[in-house]
Amino acid sequence: MIRALFAALMVLVALPALAQPGSAPTIPQSDLIQPAELANMLKSGPKPTILQVGFKVMYDEAHIPGAVYAGPGSKDEGIVALKDAAGSIDKGQQVILYCGCCPWDHCPNVAAAWRTLRDLGFSNLKVLYIPKNFGADWVEKGYPVVKG
Amino acid sequence: MRANHCTAVLALLLTSTLPVFANPLAPGTQAPAFTRSGFDGRPVSLPRGKLVLLDFWASWCAPCIVELPHLMALQKRYAGKLQIVGVSMDDKQKSAADVVAQYHVSYPIVMGDLALAKSFGGVLGLPEVFLIGTDGKVIRNWRGDFKAGELDAAIAAALKQSR
Repeated sequence: MIRALFAALMVLVALPALAQPGSAPTIPQSDLIQPAELANMLKSGPKPTILQVGFKVMYDEAHIPGAVYAGPGSKDEGIVALKDAAGSIDKGQQVILYCGCCPWDHCPNVAAAWRTLRDLGFSNLKVLYIPKNFGADWVEKGYPVVKG
Repeated sequence: MRANHCTAVLALLLTSTLPVFANPLAPGTQAPAFTRSGFDGRPVSLPRGKLVLLDFWASWCAPCIVELPHLMALQKRYAGKLQIVGVSMDDKQKSAADVVAQYHVSYPIVMGDLALAKSFGGVLGLPEVFLIGTDGKVIRNWRGDFKAGELDAAIAAALKQSR
């Protein structure tokens, strides 16, 4: 009992750290793209550059066709990998970031990745709005996936 | 030409609109057995003959961390009748081990991977929790956030049924 209470206390103490400063809900609505809209773009027209900024095991399981794994936005090494990936992309090109590891309000990755590319000068940047997770909001909707 | 044809077929195979493994194992499906090394070095298997709560989680998943004390309390309350097993989907074991140590997680934890995730129907978002009956069959699954009290109610009902 004492251990469980202690753990609960630890969670309360750690929660502010888990809620990233500038989490996903801080991304302006105008910079979001809905799953159905992206799925339509993939069917026809010029394909955007898609970067998955979540966790490797999730990318390996399933990802959007053409998406490049760019490392988790919540980790320093992820931001380094993202900058590496961004180095070869024209800054005016349409770039779409996504994660889908967790419910949107808790996603630790997309906001940091979005800020990084915005600060680098990417002018046509969107973040895929995934309210629940990649499984529920993309794969289960029947949108195209590449499976690991 | 032949190479182009093969490439197109391969692309079709890889890129599917059918969510073949999108859905978690359905209720009534036999949960796949596994044995993996626990964080304490001891082997951890999916228990049989006992109610099991299999919790796919990760150190970066805030809702998963919030649930840890609750899961530990459930494990304590139903000791001997329920076994919770945590499966970390972290890229690195150290990230998960740090959380396990920080929160003094009292039930076994193993590292998950692509194969284990796929055997449960694909873990494409966290938390992902399976309640597995004494017969080894999935009773229920939760993907993403779940409402407070849902786990408790489902566990209590399953234990009542298995009496």
